[in-house]
Amino acid sequence: MARNKETVVLLVDVGPTMHHYLKYVANATSSLVHRKILLSKSDELGLVLFGANETDNELNREIGGYENIVATPIMFVDEHLATILSKFPEGFAAGDFVDAIVVSMDMIIKKLGHSKKGNKRLYLITSADSPVKDPEEGGKFEQIDQIAKQLEDHGFKFDAVVVKAGQSDGLIPRTTLENYAILRKLVQHTHGELAIVESPTSLMGTLRPRTISPTTIYRGDLELGPTMAIKVWVYKKTSQEKFPTLKKYSDKAPRSDQHATREVKLDIEYKSNVNLDVVIPPEQRAKGYRYGQQLVPIGGAMEETLKFKTEKGLKLIGFTEFANIPRHFYMKETSVFVPEPGNEKSVSAMSALARGLDATHMVAIVRCIFRQGQANVVIGVLTPNLATEHHVVDSLYFNVIPFAEDVREFGFASFNNLPASKQPSKDQQNAVDNLVRMMDLAPPKGEEMLQPERTLNPVLQRFYGYLHSKSVDESAEVPALDDALQNIVDPDPELVSANRLALEYFHNQLPLTLTLQEGKGSRRFWRDKLPGAEADDAQPAEEIMQEGSYPIGQISFDSLTARKVEEVGGLHPVRDFEALMARQDSDEWVVKAISGMKTIINDLIDSAYKGNTYDKAMACLVALRKGCVIQEEPLEFNTFLRNLASKCRGRRLNDFWEQIITKGVTVISKNEAPDSDVTLEEAQTFISGDKGGQVLEVAPKEEVDEMEALLDEVV
Amino acid sequence: MADWDTSHLFVDDEDEQENDDYAVEGETSKDLIIFLVDVGRDMFLEFDEEDAGKSYFDVVIESIIEDLKARIISRDSDKVGICFYNSREKKNPLESDSVYILRDIEELSAGFIKEVSSMKDRFGNEIGSQRGVKSGSRESSLYNAIWVSQGMFSKTAAKNHGKRIFIFTNNDDPFEDVDPSLKADLKRTTIQRAKDANDLGISIELYALSRPGEEFNVNIFYKDIVQLDDEDTSQFMIRSKQRFNDLVQQMRKKIMKKRTIRKIMLTLPTGQSIGLKTFAMVRPARPGSGEWLDSSTNTPLKIERSFICSDTGSIMNESLKRFQEYNNKKIIFTIDEVAQVKNVTNVQLQLLGFKPISCLKDYHNLRPPTFLYPNDETISGSTCAFVALHRALLRFQKYAVAFHGRSTNPQLVALVAQEEVTVDGFQVHPPGMHMIYLPYADDIRPAEKFNVSSDVLPRATPEQIEKAMTLIKKMNIKDFTVEQISNPALQRHYAILQAVALDEEDLPESKDETLPDEEGMKRPQVVAAVKAFKDAVYGENHDTDEAEAAAQRAKGSMTAQKRKAAADVAALEADKYDWNELAESGKLKELTVPELKFFLNSKKLPLTGKKDVLISRILTSLGK
Repeated sequence: MARNKETVVLLVDVGPTMHHYLKYVANATSSLVHRKILLSKSDELGLVLFGANETDNELNREIGGYENIVATPIMFVDEHLATILSKFPEGFAAGDFVDAIVVSMDMIIKKLGHSKKGNKRLYLITSADSPVKDPEEGGKFEQIDQIAKQLEDHGFKFDAVVVKAGQSDGLIPRTTLENYAILRKLVQHTHGELAIVESPTSLMGTLRPRTISPTTIYRGDLELGPTMAIKVWVYKKTSQEKFPTLKKYSDKAPRSDQHATREVKLDIEYKSNVNLDVVIPPEQRAKGYRYGQQLVPIGGAMEETLKFKTEKGLKLIGFTEFANIPRHFYMKETSVFVPEPGNEKSVSAMSALARGLDATHMVAIVRCIFRQGQANVVIGVLTPNLATEHHVVDSLYFNVIPFAEDVREFGFASFNNLPASKQPSKDQQNAVDNLVRMMDLAPPKGEEMLQPERTLNPVLQRFYGYLHSKSVDESAEVPALDDALQNIVDPDPELVSANRLALEYFHNQLPLTLTLQEGKGSRRFWRDKLPGAEADDAQPAEEIMQEGSYPIGQISFDSLTARKVEEVGGLHPVRDFEALMARQDSDEWVVKAISGMKTIINDLIDSAYKGNTYDKAMACLVALRKGCVIQEEPLEFNTFLRNLASKCRGRRLNDFWEQIITKGVTVISKNEAPDSDVTLEEAQTFISGDKGGQVLEVAPKEEVDEMEALLDEVV
Repeated sequence: MADWDTSHLFVDDEDEQENDDYAVEGETSKDLIIFLVDVGRDMFLEFDEEDAGKSYFDVVIESIIEDLKARIISRDSDKVGICFYNSREKKNPLESDSVYILRDIEELSAGFIKEVSSMKDRFGNEIGSQRGVKSGSRESSLYNAIWVSQGMFSKTAAKNHGKRIFIFTNNDDPFEDVDPSLKADLKRTTIQRAKDANDLGISIELYALSRPGEEFNVNIFYKDIVQLDDEDTSQFMIRSKQRFNDLVQQMRKKIMKKRTIRKIMLTLPTGQSIGLKTFAMVRPARPGSGEWLDSSTNTPLKIERSFICSDTGSIMNESLKRFQEYNNKKIIFTIDEVAQVKNVTNVQLQLLGFKPISCLKDYHNLRPPTFLYPNDETISGSTCAFVALHRALLRFQKYAVAFHGRSTNPQLVALVAQEEVTVDGFQVHPPGMHMIYLPYADDIRPAEKFNVSSDVLPRATPEQIEKAMTLIKKMNIKDFTVEQISNPALQRHYAILQAVALDEEDLPESKDETLPDEEGMKRPQVVAAVKAFKDAVYGENHDTDEAEAAAQRAKGSMTAQKRKAAADVAALEADKYDWNELAESGKLKELTVPELKFFLNSKKLPLTGKKDVLISRILTSLGK
């Protein structure tokens, strides 16, 4: 913790040209504090406002000058600080950011001493419009040189964000240009960054939420062959910041108990399938793997040999043309290979290699084992990353590429052989071309919009805000998405209104109509078949399938998918089933969900005593049917239902079968899933015909009634 | 419910029909295969002089076993049957002569493969061979075999199963010995039988083997069985050989059924939407996770999960609340609230605008992309709009930026158009768009800048770059594709699984294809290029410099050397005392601290502490 402890002073320009942005700056800075409270509590933060109406800072008190600068002392991040940073008073003075920098440096040095150690950052947010005052002695740039040197000597990092009004066509005033030059110099000396942003979205994104302590995933040789290696360090370049894993909350302990952990433990017991009361101890458990339809047990020692043994190291396999590795084969988060710091030979070798690749449009294919004993080899592609700044090394990006087994060969119809009705006409193509040209997010002049580097994760941002407001007020509502983040989710209103004509043209040229609304869909279909049944048009089609009496939708689906369900359990089968079906990380889940559900249903009715499990079994059956329709697995369901029919009909479980008939749960017909083996009529007779041969004549009537009953229940 | 698009539930048959006209849906998911093996006399000729002792029959059975071993992993839902024709004995429900069903169509299992492997030993006794069709015979054994096979299919096959017969033979003229008066008739009926089977959706494939010294002539008879055009016949044998080799060298790779992951809509800034289907084209393949078994019975275990309150120890239902420590407080959320926070939009995929392809950096990647293909089912005109967009993106070298409003992890995505690529009529890359998941600022690290230098860093000189380029050219893998390298850990897993399941004696060594080509690396040109590059960037004396540095490191640093010297001196000095004697007589106290330290130093013991401590340490070390 302490190693990463950071001391930051935020320098915020509150002068007149900043007023429009202050709200967003405040959002960004307070959110910064929220995040720090959550993730790095021992960080300290101070605030310096310049261009303010008042003056309140120590240097002013000690030696005079440094006017219109208001300093809030450096303190640990906490709620109070978050409140201070959530709103900035507008100022009407000209802001001199160089003065503000001097004040901030002084604050940090007074707090931490003169040592070069520690993470010290200055973060400047300004419009860079106001002139920097000339010093009393010497030239302006001499003074800047001195400050730059001091920043460097004390080990400060200095980052600056310049907020620029959107119109980029106007001439940039001299003062601003001069300010840019000053900032660039300071940034260069401290290896910080200067960002010029044009939108609130990128303003928020540029404020780096926290510094991540650099940890290598590999240090050692990159072998170019048996006789040559380059010493490299490998870092992660991208790493997805996940939504925090919230702990399950238990309210069992009394409210008054101050020391209660409130945590919930997950207890897993492995039980014998034969006798459910017998818990199988770990030493009696073995892993079994599927070989065909059979489970092959692989014991402890065997499991060890199953493992593939690896020796740490990076080996070049060869080079190939850039075009041979299409971009869509990049599999994972990206890493970066940098030469071993301080090793000039490695720096040169890497630089030569990177520039060589760049010049020849080639890439390197490498075999990587980053850790000794890593479970498997990784094959990846190295692409050049040439540095633009003198103090940064040339490096290589590393992306994992797939193995032969990972690539699926699905065929798709060519666009060239489409029937004429599906081919865009000349006018339609024009309309689309127009749209692509006009809705430009990276105009040649000005800032690239929604640049990943400057776009925050709106969900995380919203969570941090909500967390904070809940800590202040337990009953706080989920906040709306910040204005500045709305542009990530919805098209930029300005861009849309600027291109109104192109959009209208597109709209007129390309008819995209919902087939459901055209009456081709389910509503019409059901109504046609059901004279008298008045369906509510506003009702979504999916609900027809949903049994109203079973509380399937009690828990929101989103939370279910977040939870990684791995099998259909007996406790909440429907919920588990739906979560499994919704899992997209592997196709296996669907299969697993369906077979799990079947087992549960059978278990439930088998164990029924006076029909006490029927309701649950029915809910499961309905869910299974729905799932099979959605996943286009009609045969799975139909076969199951037929088996169920032969199992129940006229036997001990006939009462359950009768319930099925009452509910109108029938096989899935072609109308619902094209792969089905039955027509609608067959599906209808499946349950109606069940009344026995003698009532076949009245079957059609029965059937309609059942359909109605089904609808009634839902509506 | 946002994740489930149910709007396609009740699509009219009409719509479906229209789609089927041009949509290439995946092959049928499940295949039923009958290996129909000729066991006539010619099949017991020696296959190859090099491979002494092996007959055609042996080779065919071995290849079938290889195919089964691969199939059980790659397409484990396939069902397979094995049937012989021209056999001495008969075994089939129709009681047809010369046809012997070894295994009826069933799911693959280790037992199945084992039986096929062990069959060879009993073949002579139980099944036996006979010379093709006898001269006076009015029956064609191939006719019978196809007829029997058809029966085998009809017992098991469902409508959407693929039905295939693989015929293995080296006899290109099965009726050569037949009475000429009957020959034409037999030939005709057999061909008709094959055609009928074909009409029933059974496809017949021929694996033809040439007899020693003569090329299998497909024109004599078999071209009508497998229904080849005249054009096809010339190349037939080459392809047949290729297919036969493929049978043996199949990769153990799980074949995925083509399955739509989701049906979603791409919403445009006009408010209109384009219907899409999404597919996973690249996903890391893993061996099955395995199931827990009771090792005493080898039956699967039931896994029961229960939630227990940490404070009270009581069992509870799944909690509907979550909490997060924040500012020393426990902040509680309901599951609904968490879902609400995550739900930032109701739109599935919102188009935001377009950017030049150069804006998509190499590091803008988090996970494998998803493939998008248009879907007219719910929104008519989708294909048309998609195709137009696809063309525009390719022409302008741009990609679309969109927000993917998944409920779990909404992300910005890049939609990159993929042009269709076909090689020899075979689709290598399908047309569509790849949806690449973009990182947020939160996810990107300035890793290149973790170690900045205050000095200006060396950059490669033009000469060094030139040497690098030479090296790159010499080590160019010209036709590299990602499909070339198989996953060594996965292959090993399958190999061992197979060995255990089939009780194979020795564990197979699977080849690690990820290792660099050592032979290639030794080619003089490559060696020279590496050396030239190395000398250019490291200097010519690099190896000797390194060796010296390494030797220096081995000796240890200056302080370590000093410490070692001190220990040597101490050892010499310590030898001058009789420590046992001193210890026993209690005279250690009379020595000075530096004297005591001689002993400790020579034994590499700690030197810290007061005199008492040192003495007791010496005593302990002497075992007193």
